[in-house]
Amino acid sequence: MKKDLGFRIGTGVFGLLLILVVVGIGFELTRQSLLSIQKFGLNFWRTEIWDPVAGEFGAFPFIWGTLYSSILALLIAAPIAIGIAVFIAELCPARLKQPLVFLTELLAAIPSVVYGLWGIFVLVPTVRSLETSLPDSIRAWALFKGPPVGLGMLAAGLILAIMVIPFTASIAREVLKSVPIAQREAAYALGATRFEAISAALFYARTGIVGAVMLGFGRALGETMAVTMVIGNTPQARVSLFAPQYTMAAVIANEFSEAADELYLHALIEIGLVLFIITLIVNSLSRLLIWTMGHGARKAAAPAAEPQAAAA
Amino acid sequence: MKKILLVFGCVVGLVGGLAAQTMKITGAGATFPYPIYSKWFAEYNKLHSNVEINYQSLGSGAGIQQLRAQTVFFGATDGPMTSQQLQDAPGRILHFPTVLGAVVPIFNIPNVKTELKFTGQVLADIYLGKITKWNDPALTKLNTGVTLPGSDITVVHRSEGSGTTYIWVDYLSKISPEFKSKVGVNTSVNWPTGVGGKGNESVSGLVSQTPGSIGYVELIYALQNKISYGSVQNMAGEFSSATVASVTAAAAAAAAQMPADFRVSITNAPGKGVYPISSFTWILLYEAPKDKAQAKVMMDFMKWALTDGQKFAPELGYAPLPEAVVKLEMAALAKLKLT
Repeated sequence: MKKDLGFRIGTGVFGLLLILVVVGIGFELTRQSLLSIQKFGLNFWRTEIWDPVAGEFGAFPFIWGTLYSSILALLIAAPIAIGIAVFIAELCPARLKQPLVFLTELLAAIPSVVYGLWGIFVLVPTVRSLETSLPDSIRAWALFKGPPVGLGMLAAGLILAIMVIPFTASIAREVLKSVPIAQREAAYALGATRFEAISAALFYARTGIVGAVMLGFGRALGETMAVTMVIGNTPQARVSLFAPQYTMAAVIANEFSEAADELYLHALIEIGLVLFIITLIVNSLSRLLIWTMGHGARKAAAPAAEPQAAAA
Repeated sequence: MKKILLVFGCVVGLVGGLAAQTMKITGAGATFPYPIYSKWFAEYNKLHSNVEINYQSLGSGAGIQQLRAQTVFFGATDGPMTSQQLQDAPGRILHFPTVLGAVVPIFNIPNVKTELKFTGQVLADIYLGKITKWNDPALTKLNTGVTLPGSDITVVHRSEGSGTTYIWVDYLSKISPEFKSKVGVNTSVNWPTGVGGKGNESVSGLVSQTPGSIGYVELIYALQNKISYGSVQNMAGEFSSATVASVTAAAAAAAAQMPADFRVSITNAPGKGVYPISSFTWILLYEAPKDKAQAKVMMDFMKWALTDGQKFAPELGYAPLPEAVVKLEMAALAKLKLT
């Protein structure tokens, strides 16, 4: 009993430590960016000027760039990653399984600067030739406006997608693996085709899969090195996929070491604070999403799940 | 594995044993002079095995900050500290030019292999987004005999704060009042046009891949990677190509009016044979350092670097200091308060 109490307190302290770290980061970021917070207030979130010479700072282009590139990456990565997960977990011949699992995990282990270099030398020229081969009629659309440089939002979204896929795929695969066999057997017993059985498994695992996708999204939000090497690093908020833009993590990494001026430094740290807040919001929203889905599922599945548990 | 551990242990033991007599000095700052500084520290260590100088190439801004916080003994910067920064420091900080560097325009125009000629005004207008085509009259007039295409100019600049950018915009601001008011001088600026590449390698990579592009890199970088670059018109009206000689000439021209604190920009220097986009890079020292023993060693090192050390400059793509400047610096070094 005594041991139990000690164990409780010990783990409790570790749990509290985590909360303290998060609160501490928030506090420190705020403290170090006070000058900028006082000077620009809420305007910092919506102005589009970033001029270190004149001392005018606004975070909007970076917020826009971060969200745009991450959402773009999510849209590209999610279907592919789920496809990979389904194939490995459900359809893949046993011989192919281990090599495929190994390769996806290998992709996750490549340092992001290597992705960045590959981006500069392979991806960017490819995107550029794609851009130049588009007919002018399409290039006139807002989504494809701008000079065909290769660097820009599309390249950033693609490289982020490639970096996010292994994470999302690995977790989604684990989630699919944990779907009880009984679920599938039940589906087959009811005369379901393979596709229908997999759909049922996917439906059963949907909260976990959403979690996997959101984890990838979180990673995309904070990715720095590879993105800064291909996004063009221009602080402007544009709809165009071809326009060079900028992200929050990238501007901090790029300008922090040379920011000698107080206000400039505080503005950069405030960008860090903004990124911290946005990550917090995104994570809370995804928790909420998962919670509501899980809640709905439990209600719907409750009567069906009962006899199964008894059988097991 | 055991062997490695043994060797590692020996090395640790050795270093630990030596540490008793070794004088360790740390510095931080600019990345641009890092290759020659590390060469100097290594060479100096060969001559004086008890002196070990560690340098972190974090960037000029970080160097200035760490010096102000007194976490390092010396700082290094590519742009001189502002008067405001000097005032905010806890003690009087002195600037010592160590070597010279230059920034060169590089370009990629399909089928144009000759060296292009630029003026400061043309470069400023390109970087302001006013000249947008390669066959702009301003460019064709300078480069008669070269057929320039009618394609768009893709402007490439550095994305991160950098001494290279500082030298580049310092020059353009001196030439073009419009550039000065719209963009200004800093290690990172609000570019009106173009895309940003991270680091010299990224800028040169982008330029070499993108037909119709223009960028700027440090001379060392262009030399080492055999990238061809354009010549720039100097104050005497000559189109000057960056070489070790033409960069040193820029410093020699400036030496005549060298201010006592060495905080001088030598871009657009007057005189013949001068390359106009040249600059000093500085080591920053407190006038009255706290640690007198370290200060003595540092002063000896500085004297060596400014004289014998200069011979390592050309092979690394830097230009050595002109005699006149070295003389002035020796006099300034002697004034450091070591007791």
